[in-house]
Formats: sequence, C-alpha cells, structure tokens
Amino acid sequence: MDKLIIANKEFQSRLFLGTGKFGSTKLMEQAVLASDSELVTVALKRIDLETDTDALLTHLNHSHINLLPNTSGARNAKEAVFAAQLSREALETNWLKLEIHPDPKYLMPDPIETLKATEELVKLGFIVLPYIHADPVLCKRLEEVGTAAVMPLGSPIGTNKGLRTIDFLEIIIEQSKVPVIVDAGIGAPSDAAKAMELGADAVLVNTAIAVAGNPAEMAKAFKIAVEAGRMGYEAKLGGIKNNASASSPLISFLD
Amino acid sequence: MSFKEIYDSQNWEEAKATIYNKTSLDVEKALSAKRRTLEDFKALISPAAAPYLEQMAQLSHQLTQKRFGKTIQLFVPMYLSNECNNICTYCGFSFDNKIKRKTLSADEILREITKIKKSGFNHILLVTGEANHTVHVDYFKNAIEIIKPHFANISIEVQPLDQNEYEELQQSGVYAVLVYQETYHQDKYKEYHPKGKKSNFYYRIETPERIGNAGIHKIGLGVLLGLEDWRTDSFFCALHLDYLQKTYWQTKYSLSFPRIRPAEGIVVPEKTITDRELVQLICAYRLFNEDVEISVSTRESEIFRNNIIKLGVTSMSAESKTNPGGYSVEPESLEQFEISDERSAEQIATLISDNNYEPVWKDWDKSFQ
Repeated sequence: MDKLIIANKEFQSRLFLGTGKFGSTKLMEQAVLASDSELVTVALKRIDLETDTDALLTHLNHSHINLLPNTSGARNAKEAVFAAQLSREALETNWLKLEIHPDPKYLMPDPIETLKATEELVKLGFIVLPYIHADPVLCKRLEEVGTAAVMPLGSPIGTNKGLRTIDFLEIIIEQSKVPVIVDAGIGAPSDAAKAMELGADAVLVNTAIAVAGNPAEMAKAFKIAVEAGRMGYEAKLGGIKNNASASSPLISFLD
Repeated sequence: MSFKEIYDSQNWEEAKATIYNKTSLDVEKALSAKRRTLEDFKALISPAAAPYLEQMAQLSHQLTQKRFGKTIQLFVPMYLSNECNNICTYCGFSFDNKIKRKTLSADEILREITKIKKSGFNHILLVTGEANHTVHVDYFKNAIEIIKPHFANISIEVQPLDQNEYEELQQSGVYAVLVYQETYHQDKYKEYHPKGKKSNFYYRIETPERIGNAGIHKIGLGVLLGLEDWRTDSFFCALHLDYLQKTYWQTKYSLSFPRIRPAEGIVVPEKTITDRELVQLICAYRLFNEDVEISVSTRESEIFRNNIIKLGVTSMSAESKTNPGGYSVEPESLEQFEISDERSAEQIATLISDNNYEPVWKDWDKSFQ
C-alpha cells in the first residue's frame, strides 16, 4: 500500500483516532494500540498542562504515537490561534487539528473563522489540519493559504451516521492537492472502508470506537476496514454499471 | 421575540391539563419520534409515561453515551457568602432567618481553595445569596482573580445581574452562569419570594437572556423541585431552554434538578417529586434534548447517585459544603441546606470508574476566554 504523507511526514496507518468519550484512559490506550494508529488527537481543554502526569498523555506515551492537539472549545479564530500557541509550547508539536465550532449543539465548524485561523497559523509555522464541512470550495481556499490537509465531515460529529456528505467528499477528493481525511460521523468499519474506497487519504474515528462495547476490538475492526478500503482503492475498483450492455449497438454503422 | 412574550402567551392551567391528558399513544409516538418536540416532552413527563420508564432509561443511556461518551465531569461548589436580603421561605439563607452571616475575605477564599484543590477538583462553582451592597460585581471579580490561577473552569450561581455586569464577569474568566427560576408559576413565585430584589419575577425570568447577550459560554437552568407541580414547571423550563437555544445558538446549556432539602428555620413545601419521577424527568429531558448537560448534586442520596450515572447525567458535584468557609475556614457555620451524599471526591471518582465511566476533572482551558 502507498504510504500516507502529510507535511513530509510518513504514516504507515491511515487510521487516526480521537481520545475523548472513552470509559477510562486505560481503555483508550488499549484501543489506540489495537488500531495501530500513529496519529491521535487530544483536546487541549482535557489536558492538565500544569502537571507532568496528565492521565491522558501518560497513556499515549508510546514512541509510534504522534499527538495531534485540537482546539475544541474555540469559538473563533482568535481563541483558536491563542490555544494553538499554548499547545505548541506545552506539547512541543507544531501539528494542530483546528476545530472552531461556535455552535455547541451540533458542533458545526465555522468556515470563515477556520479559513482565517488556518492562514494565520500557517504563517506562524503550524502544520494545520482543519475540521470543516464537506465544502469543496472551502477546501481549495484552505489549500491556497497553505493547509497541510483537509478534514471534511462525513456527517455531524458524534452521530455515527456514516458518509452522508458522500457526493461532496467525492468532489473534494477529486480536486484536492492535499491529503483528505474524512473526520466525524464515521459510525462503523464499513463507513471507514467506504471512505477509503472513494480515495480518501485517511479517516479519523472517535465515538464509534470509544462507546463500543469493546473499544479495542472495534479499533482493530476499523484498522482492518481502513486497510481493506485502501487496498480496494489502489487495486482500482471496477466501475458500476446500471444496465447490461446493449445487444444492438447504436453506433455500429460507423465501423 | 423575548421569552417574556412567549411566557405571557402561555397559561399554566392549560399547559398542566395538556400534560395530564397525554395518553400512552402520545408517549409511544414521542418514544419513536426522530426529533422530539415540546409536545413529545409533555408526553414523556406525563403520568401516562410511567409504564415506559425502562424504555426511556435505555434510550437516555444510549443518547447520552453517543453525545458525551462514557464520562462524568466532576465539580465542587464553593459558597462565598450566606448574606442575603431576600426572603425565600424554603431557604436557610433567607433574610428573616436569624443566622450568623459570613462573606469570605480574600485570605479565606485562598484557604478554602487550597483545601479544595487537594481533592483534585479543576472545575469550581461559586455560590452566594443576594447582598448587593457587599457581594457585588467587584467582589466577584476580586474572588475570581484569586481563584482563576487554580481552576480550569469557573461557574457562578449568584444573584441575577445586569448584562454589562455579566460582560465584566465573562471578561474576568467566568465560564458559566447558573440561575434557576425556582418556579415558573408567577403567583406561587410571589408567595415563596415575598421580599427582596428576588421577588421581581420578570427580572429573574429574563436573566438567561442577559447572560446570553453577554456572551457567557454556558447557561444553567432549573426549577426548585417541590415548590409547584414538577411536571408543569419542567414544561416551562423546557420551553425556556428551547427558546434560549434557538436565540443564543453559540451558548451551551445545562440543567440541574434541585429537590428541596431540609434547612434551618424553613418549612419544606409538600409538592415532592419521588425518585422514580425524577428519573423520568431526567430521561425525558435527554430524549427531548440530546446535547443539554445534566448535573446532579449532593442533595441526592448515595443510592440515587450510584444509579443515576448511566441514565443521562453528565456532571456531578462531590464533597460539597453549602456554608461559606465550610471546607476549612469555618466548618461549623450554618449551611444553606443539608447535604445527602457526604462521600469524598475520591470516593465519587471511584464510583464513576466502577461504573466503567471516566471521571473527568478538567474539560476546559483558561486559554479559551
């Protein structure tokens, strides 16, 4: 399988994980390890930067795991940029999952503030992975200001509804020059496989694993699904035909 | 349109009748609905829903896990003052109650938080009565300045303030403001609050809008269960929540379910709500609103709190004292009401873990003011 490269960094795994919502940090660690993921996102607001023994971070302390701090809680570009700087200093990484959702009900990303913050953060030297709507134009605008990847949503965050935005994801994948990571809404391994078959470069999964009856098993299921979907994509899927081939060709007179 | 206009267009007795007239058919329709309306909420809190409680609990459990995960946030209340110029006939701090009054000084606040921090808390709720000449915005700002370096998240439950005052407090670091209507029954409200600034029903009912306008991150709503018919009161609270969420769409909301507890010098009203009914109410709110935060305090018994964790709750207080200075300065001073669950923060965290949930001590950061 092709390796995934984001901002010159190579990843073996195309599955990224979220770390919230787990019944314990121990279960979270087991799931992350079972998934073979190399990039996990952590909410800055959940981390206690004043101690060296933050429970979340302690359980993510494995050499193959890279942290992707996120700005969940920020309502606008200004707050997100401030939080990003804080997390860079504390966690010693310039990677950032930019989340700006002023709407606490559906956690809908604000496209205007996200574009503004991305532009600013790129200038400040961040590797920015913004969480956005499946909006093809916004993806191109983010590319222009130097985003490292785009993270369009499959359906509203935390809903497990799958790829409701599929028509727009296809356009984004077709047009994108940066990696496309489908984030939010992926509810089952089959959704992840589907996203990979479409040509997404990676997927990010949280709720579906965290609230599963057995998070570690579910993480493994997602790992296999992501690999299968990617393999299917790289092996070139056959096209889907709606009708059988016509038995009386219409243009045979041209032969 | 303001909430006052919506409230004024409602009629208590009519609303009450529609709740009590709901049938099992209405309940089943509400249970199977994809998006639930206020009419569905009425059905779910109605007597007709009682036989469906297990089904409601299962749904509430699933919806809460999907949205909030297997987590419970922990917070601690800290009483800054028991001075109060209001007469509230059910409250230990009532003006006409001859108790020793106390407002914590800067030094005393520091002593209290030093003690509280040792239990592991990172989210704090500051509580006062209403004594505008001593416990005012400047007092709050000073208190917050002392507290802010030690806590990731500060909420307040104090007297209703003006919008510009909320703006000042937002700037100084307040994350959430809790203000309970006590009861939405206007006449009963006057009976329970005969004197003081609090007797102004409309100033109180319009408080969440001033908080919303000020850009505070979270608004906490609730009724004091026991003052009036809990079903009708809760319908009005849901109506309020629905209005606020549509108007102040950038704001988070939380609900609390204070049940009247015994306190010094008060008569406990009679309109009690049973444990079973309180579970019904909590589940009904979750089914009606999947994203509202739900908080359960130490007013509730150990057994109730042990079992409510999985039914829709998202945050719990622990180790609470309801008297100013209760943690270290003056442990014996008079409390607002009697605590029912006196277990330590550590015990509650263990209880949460034993339920296969993660106790969350920190879920906010000072960098997001």
